[in-house]
Amino acid sequence: MDYINLFVRSIFIENMIFAYFLGMCSYLAVSKTVKTGVGLGAAVIFVLSITVPINFLLDKYLLRPGALTWLNEEYATIDLSFLSFIMFIAVIAAMVQLVEMVVEKFAPALYGALGIFLPLIAVNCAILGGALFMQQKDFSGIGEAATYGFGSGIGWFLAILGIAAIREKIAYSNVPAPLKGLGITFIITGLMALGFMSFMGIKI
Amino acid sequence: MAQEIKNKPEQLAEVDKENKKDAMILFLSDSEEKEHFLSRANRRLLTDPLDDDNPITVQVLGICSALAITVQLEPAIVMAIAVMAVMAFSNMIISALRNLIPNRIRIIVQLVVVASLVALVDQVLRAYAYDVSKQLSVFIGLIITNCIVMGRLEAFALGNGIYKSFLDGIGNAAGYGLILIIVAFFRELLGAGKLFGYEVLGHKGVTLAESTGLYALGYENNGLMLLSPMALIVVGIIIWVQRARNRKLIEA
Repeated sequence: MDYINLFVRSIFIENMIFAYFLGMCSYLAVSKTVKTGVGLGAAVIFVLSITVPINFLLDKYLLRPGALTWLNEEYATIDLSFLSFIMFIAVIAAMVQLVEMVVEKFAPALYGALGIFLPLIAVNCAILGGALFMQQKDFSGIGEAATYGFGSGIGWFLAILGIAAIREKIAYSNVPAPLKGLGITFIITGLMALGFMSFMGIKI
Repeated sequence: MAQEIKNKPEQLAEVDKENKKDAMILFLSDSEEKEHFLSRANRRLLTDPLDDDNPITVQVLGICSALAITVQLEPAIVMAIAVMAVMAFSNMIISALRNLIPNRIRIIVQLVVVASLVALVDQVLRAYAYDVSKQLSVFIGLIITNCIVMGRLEAFALGNGIYKSFLDGIGNAAGYGLILIIVAFFRELLGAGKLFGYEVLGHKGVTLAESTGLYALGYENNGLMLLSPMALIVVGIIIWVQRARNRKLIEA
């Protein structure tokens, strides 16, 4: 698969939020202003582009049926894929912790800007979703996995940027009282997702 | 429990009571000791999440998986049951461990407990409901990062006794399941004219003459309801209806 194809697909056609609804909770909770939205979006890009390739290696050399043959030919029958959830989430939680410490040490300004969002990312469904979809897609190499992770992160970033900008504006609109806040955000996201569906038929 | 004690001789009952008390203190927090098992406060733990404190429409938790699997009723119900099992037991386990978990690494501990339970549920589904498990695909795995589970662990199980945490898990999972089932009901009914795969609105033939039921009158399914964006809009409408009835939930 061509890298650019994969990249564009993962941003627009298989957008984490509008096509799969992953990472919805933080998307709704943190999109009140553009500033916080951008902070979380950047953190998601960062973590996704690190964890997807790592989980790819883990899947290729440890979890898949027959993955252990690089150790010994006799292990060809071993299938550890039932462990994938635990392994993936452990990698993600550990990576988030590590990223947090590294950013705190070397880029204190960025750390201050991201604040609470960094640890929150461990439970962002988009990150685990990225790992699980990567497993389903059967990528041939780590380059594809990294491209997919980075592209999905960008897609998520664009989505939260869009909704945050709309929410900042809609605060001044005359929305029916029971729909204010959460309700209208759901409906707008639905409409945005309908818009993103127009990418669906595109073959690239 | 009270009946058991009554049936025994009095002295034994005393000893028994002491032992039971010790055991109770081990398992439950002090305030729960005297409370009836379905006292008012405990009942509220079960009923509040259904409306006033609904995880999806009020707390904004667990939306990710709620929307993608509501095209049909059957997977939605299976998902609701799976989430209920995971939440009840993870709440219980974390609540039992709550005084042993160091604060700094609690997220990893919680994730490991939840991930093990989800792996268990996934294997059970594969064994007994393979078709549904195929339909749900990655979304069973995503229960791990379903904010509902982590959210309730953080907000409730870390500070409350085992039994209360169990009730909280069941209650919140029921509130989640309720929304899931309502959304799935409308999406399957309006989108495919079916419920649980049965054609409740009549059969749609190739021509009008071959059709029965509503379709004979020229009714058409709304294919848009099957697409994922409509799930968001249906939830938006549910929030609208709920807040119009329950005005204290309206956001300022």
